[in-house]
Amino acid sequence: MDVNINKLSTSPATASASGADAHRATAPPGVAIAGAGVISAIGNNVADTLLAFENGTAGMADITLLDTIYKGRLPVAEVKADNQKLARWAGLSASAAGLAPSSHSARGYATGLAPSVSRTALLSLIAAKEALGDAAIPGIQTLRTGFISANTVGGMDRMENFFECRLTDRSKDRLREVVLHECGAVTEWVADRLGIRHYQTTISTACSSSANAVLFAARLIRSGLLDVAVAGGADALTKFTLNGFNSLMILDSDPCRPFDDGRAGLNLGEGAGYLVLVSDKIAAMLPRKPEVALSGYANTNDAWHQTASSPDGRGSWLAMSGALERSGLRPADIDYINLHGTGTQNNDLSEGTAIARLFGNEIPRMSSTKSFTGHTLGASGGVEAVFSVLAVRHGLVYPNLRFKTPMTEQPLVPETAFLKDLPIRHVLSNSFGFGGSCTSLVFSKQ
Amino acid sequence: MMNIYIRSAACISPQPTFGDQPSWTAAHPASPAEASAKAARLACIEPDYKTLLDAKALRRMSRIIRMGVATANDCLLQAGEKEPGAIVTGTAYGCLEDTDGFLQSLIQRREEALQPAPFIQSTHNTVGAQIALMLQCTRYNNTFVHRGASFENALLDAILLLSEGEAETVLAGAVDEITDTSHAILQRFGLYRHVPAGEGAAFFLLASQPSPTDEARLEGLTTFYKPEDAKTVDKALRAFLEEHAAEPDLVIVGANGDETNDTLYRQLTAPGSVFAEKKLLPYKQLCGEYPTSTAFAFWMAARLLKQGRHRQILVYNHYLGIHHTAFLLSAAV
Repeated sequence: MDVNINKLSTSPATASASGADAHRATAPPGVAIAGAGVISAIGNNVADTLLAFENGTAGMADITLLDTIYKGRLPVAEVKADNQKLARWAGLSASAAGLAPSSHSARGYATGLAPSVSRTALLSLIAAKEALGDAAIPGIQTLRTGFISANTVGGMDRMENFFECRLTDRSKDRLREVVLHECGAVTEWVADRLGIRHYQTTISTACSSSANAVLFAARLIRSGLLDVAVAGGADALTKFTLNGFNSLMILDSDPCRPFDDGRAGLNLGEGAGYLVLVSDKIAAMLPRKPEVALSGYANTNDAWHQTASSPDGRGSWLAMSGALERSGLRPADIDYINLHGTGTQNNDLSEGTAIARLFGNEIPRMSSTKSFTGHTLGASGGVEAVFSVLAVRHGLVYPNLRFKTPMTEQPLVPETAFLKDLPIRHVLSNSFGFGGSCTSLVFSKQ
Repeated sequence: MMNIYIRSAACISPQPTFGDQPSWTAAHPASPAEASAKAARLACIEPDYKTLLDAKALRRMSRIIRMGVATANDCLLQAGEKEPGAIVTGTAYGCLEDTDGFLQSLIQRREEALQPAPFIQSTHNTVGAQIALMLQCTRYNNTFVHRGASFENALLDAILLLSEGEAETVLAGAVDEITDTSHAILQRFGLYRHVPAGEGAAFFLLASQPSPTDEARLEGLTTFYKPEDAKTVDKALRAFLEEHAAEPDLVIVGANGDETNDTLYRQLTAPGSVFAEKKLLPYKQLCGEYPTSTAFAFWMAARLLKQGRHRQILVYNHYLGIHHTAFLLSAAV
């Protein structure tokens, strides 16, 4: 991809002081969403996922696949398929799933080794393929297409095997286990199988990672550098993250209860979610006109603590209000908030406080779908972006499972029923993470 | 017309690049072979952080975080910028020391009684986050982790932010570290047969408006992926130079002494090829081989332009033949 700075269009610095009304007239049109794909513990594709929401079927259960001492002790939201099965779902033969060298192992050395494919890459490929299939863009090979993907720990699932061998019997460690260790290597492997060569990148900002991938993709399209962008992210369950969150003592040993007064932490999940974003030109030539657009987005930083959110949620308030401002909407225009809602004491109170401040007496319907999928970390922004697009497409609000008692300090009441056939025009999706990373996205009906 | 100025630049590397180094030269070592004969890995020359950073914050920072935060801080001080409009970081490997530490203890302690500190600091956005925390900067903050194009993607984000008018200044840079574990593993991939392993941190304050002390101007950037052959690369670089009507008087290249790696650079300098008549300067003997080494090359280009030795510099590197990247810098005035 070529960038000539002299030829980039320049915009005047945003007048952030201007109110929503002033912005409404000048708000740029959104970036159209042409397709969506998702895999998580509640479904291997969009159709199964919607069914699980309607039936209220959560994905948390005892650990079956991850080799950890926390089997039977901590519930997680696993995608119920081993890697061989995931490879088949991704349309790969067993050999293509890592038992044969990549056809694109350019230049032979260092990359010539047949990689053991990370579970994260398999999840990523499945959801990205579904998104591209859903978008069904004619002649996509001739377009400037990018793959903007996110993850937090790359091929850590494989690195754990490698390290285990390395620390016990060094002769048994296998380099092929770590070929796809880097976050970016996961993206490359998937992009090669999607046939996307024009542009690719990887973003990693902890739990807001794939929301930032969607945000960055929209900006690349707006700038005229891309026609089509497949954007989102993936993360598989690993011992590294399970033990990491466990060491922070923020894992609930029961299914999580986001925004409930008795909430006791999060459950980890795994999955992948991708959207296909297209330029106006491509949107106009699609047989099925995109019904949803990304109309607003903002990336801010809480600048409070490496892991904890500020008590007043200043970063999340800035992200939500910034995304609203860009979309030219008032808080009252939002029909549904897909909460970050991890179920930890700290996040839910901080996020709730920012919501109460921004929305005042007109709190929209809201829910945390992490009560279904668990926290899929680097995938969550992409997974929930897909849920948000589906909410607009089909007029849905998802239930916040297991909610009973509002938080004492901030008595917000999330939606607990599955609602359909609603006139949902605008959905706000929140993704916040370690390092103070706060990103909010607004999806609107076109 | 859009212009991007490099208002200030700071770099911690295996060379004496940090602090006030106006007359820095790229003289020694002269070649990858010379560097490789001396050491298998080049460690950064680190400043005394106690004089630069808050002592309390410093105690909790791993080496990569110290390097990143100190460079970012120095870059902002030079420009007199208190709070940049955005912070964008590139890192291919992320915070290896803490990742390695947490992984080792989880295996050795069989997942029991683990300290959360290394996990907390292991996320790839920790450097960008710690800079934001130090500055109390609540603005845009993003981290790119795309192997040999991580720094270039951070630059791309910065370019977009400036052209969108989202920010008037952007702090953009890259940081990667070597640890004993990463070196042992990467060495087995045959990465450092002819050039030492490297590491470094570099940050730049990019601005949409000129200032009297600018280091250089950034004109453009290109990235391409797994090109089929040298002809494809030649064509892409030629197109990039033509697009910018550029006539660089120096090309800084990522040749590293490894035959497999360097064949391409040789092909590009053959008669009739894109670099045939150009003056080439390799840089990896100075900083070692690592995925974000182009951030060092960017610093070097900016410094050579500021010294008035060149008018226009192209930096071209390929990382393992996978990510090919080039950027074009010109003298500020």
